[in-house]
Amino acid sequence: MKKAFKIFGLLFSIIMVVGILAGCGSASKAQLKVYNWGDYIDETVIDEFEKKYNIDVIYDTFATNEEMYVKIKGGGADYDVAIPSDYMIERMIKEGMLEKIDFSNVPNYKYIDERFKNLPYDPNNEYSVPYMWGTVGILYNKKMVKEPVDSWKILWDEKYKKQIFMLDSSRDSIGVALKMLGYSLNTRNMDELEQAKEALIRQKPLVLSYVSDEVKNAMISGQAALAVVWSGDAVYTKRENPDLEYAIPKEGSNLWVDAMVILKGTKNKKVAEQFINFMCEPEIAYRNTTYIGYSTPHTEARKMLPPEILNDRTAYPTDEDLKNCEVFEALSDVIKEYDRVWTEVKAAR
Amino acid sequence: MRKTWYAYPYLVWMAIFIVIPLFLLLFYAFTVTTEEGIKFTLQHIKRVWEPIYLMVLLRSVLLALICTVVCLVIGYPVASILASKEYSHNKVLALLLVIPMWINFLVRTYAWMSLLGRNGLIDIVMDFLHLPPVQLLYTDHAVVLGMVYNFLPFMVLPIYSVLTKMDKSIIEAAEDLGADYATVLKRIVIPLSLPGVISGITMVFMPAVTTFIISRLLGGGQYILIGNLIEQQFIVVGDWNFGSAISFVLTVIILISMGIMRKYDREYEGGAIW
Repeated sequence: MKKAFKIFGLLFSIIMVVGILAGCGSASKAQLKVYNWGDYIDETVIDEFEKKYNIDVIYDTFATNEEMYVKIKGGGADYDVAIPSDYMIERMIKEGMLEKIDFSNVPNYKYIDERFKNLPYDPNNEYSVPYMWGTVGILYNKKMVKEPVDSWKILWDEKYKKQIFMLDSSRDSIGVALKMLGYSLNTRNMDELEQAKEALIRQKPLVLSYVSDEVKNAMISGQAALAVVWSGDAVYTKRENPDLEYAIPKEGSNLWVDAMVILKGTKNKKVAEQFINFMCEPEIAYRNTTYIGYSTPHTEARKMLPPEILNDRTAYPTDEDLKNCEVFEALSDVIKEYDRVWTEVKAAR
Repeated sequence: MRKTWYAYPYLVWMAIFIVIPLFLLLFYAFTVTTEEGIKFTLQHIKRVWEPIYLMVLLRSVLLALICTVVCLVIGYPVASILASKEYSHNKVLALLLVIPMWINFLVRTYAWMSLLGRNGLIDIVMDFLHLPPVQLLYTDHAVVLGMVYNFLPFMVLPIYSVLTKMDKSIIEAAEDLGADYATVLKRIVIPLSLPGVISGITMVFMPAVTTFIISRLLGGGQYILIGNLIEQQFIVVGDWNFGSAISFVLTVIILISMGIMRKYDREYEGGAIW
């Protein structure tokens, strides 16, 4: 019996040593940790990058900007590249969480549409490279909704009780309520915020569920009549179920940009820049935008798109559609209030 | 515990994974970071007692209680069937009970989503029977169903282990003395199995009161329970102080209920899993 133990021990040690050596072998390969939204890249692009530059990419996903922020702020993660949205980038710049990008290493930046440069969240284009953009709007099922959808007010219509999906995201859902009431979605006015809260609590009995990524499958399979979604999700779901249509309400909405940033403390800044540059190669940007369905800020990728996508107002809305749209600001001073409002909405019965 | 050298790794383990996190919890729950530094405060604990959070707490306890009662009502007969010697297929049944636990519980919860959802399997069957569709997903019932499904084995197994260890000669003696089936059950089997029942209740109640993923997936984010509230404070809001304060209050409640359970357990001595 003892002998068996000894042999087992010896075997175990050998396995351990071999394992450690093997581990060393792979550690010599450069590593890049990327943190992105769920379902937000054509994954074959990552494989291609790994092969082309002989780099090991560790790819993780998040569901909301806030989730990503807390994870990085809490020090529990050491990502090199992340892809947050505008207002979160502004907040992270203010809190010194981002590294300035050396644009001489990102020559493909020249392809980014001028409209997406010098935006308020990164006024001098030092920290971020736009990846995708879009709007927030209402996705509805034409079989269940017969009236025209042109206002946020439809989400408060008793007729659609338990047929509405809202986004499980504080800024987006409060933004919808603020716009419905005719206020700015960057309001710092506590009275307006309080009214938005009342509206959301009033709406709660009508809401079937507060969702994030799962809204796509739920709408495709006809689980609800109306849903607040990001435009790219609308493009994707419309393709899967022709009964679905998307509208940007006339009160206006949120125009957003997601951009690639490099996080402070990265050990592979060069590799991170290499990755961002790779993502801006026309062919790669084209593949990502067609896979995800979101709109690209990349001029060359846009030229490759078929006309039916370019002329689809869901993906590429007209200036008229965007008239009342606003970009989120960081609101660092009142963000706690927004979070409190959202918790109270979620906890209300 | 005898203090021998091989107990030290366990002590280190306990220190790192139990004691230090608990201190961190206490630290965050009772301090506030101001510009002058870190100060002791009771404001977070006070906030937990605000009506809106109290409601959430009460709802969670209520749902967990319902889940525990349902588990007990289903679990006790199942355990006694499994434990009875006369029944020949009990090995297979025990295996059937345990096998689902090998699959990740998140996967199983997602499976319930596709069963309960509109145009899901249950809806298709209802449609086939020409019955009106029912909204099952995103309701309280779905949350209770998910909890019962996930936690039932934790009720069955302790009761099962107590019942199999029970001295059958006592039952035979009672029967020889003329006790009928109901009397045997009432006077012998149930009292002797109480330790198993008690550990079953604790093992179901505790995860049920703190669950957050079941209520989020099957309740659709509108049935916010105390677990969701804590998760939200840490993940979304980033208010670690308040999140810790809620966790602290919850820990105290669980400790108190464990104390009560222990008291009963001691009266009926031994046989429980822990």
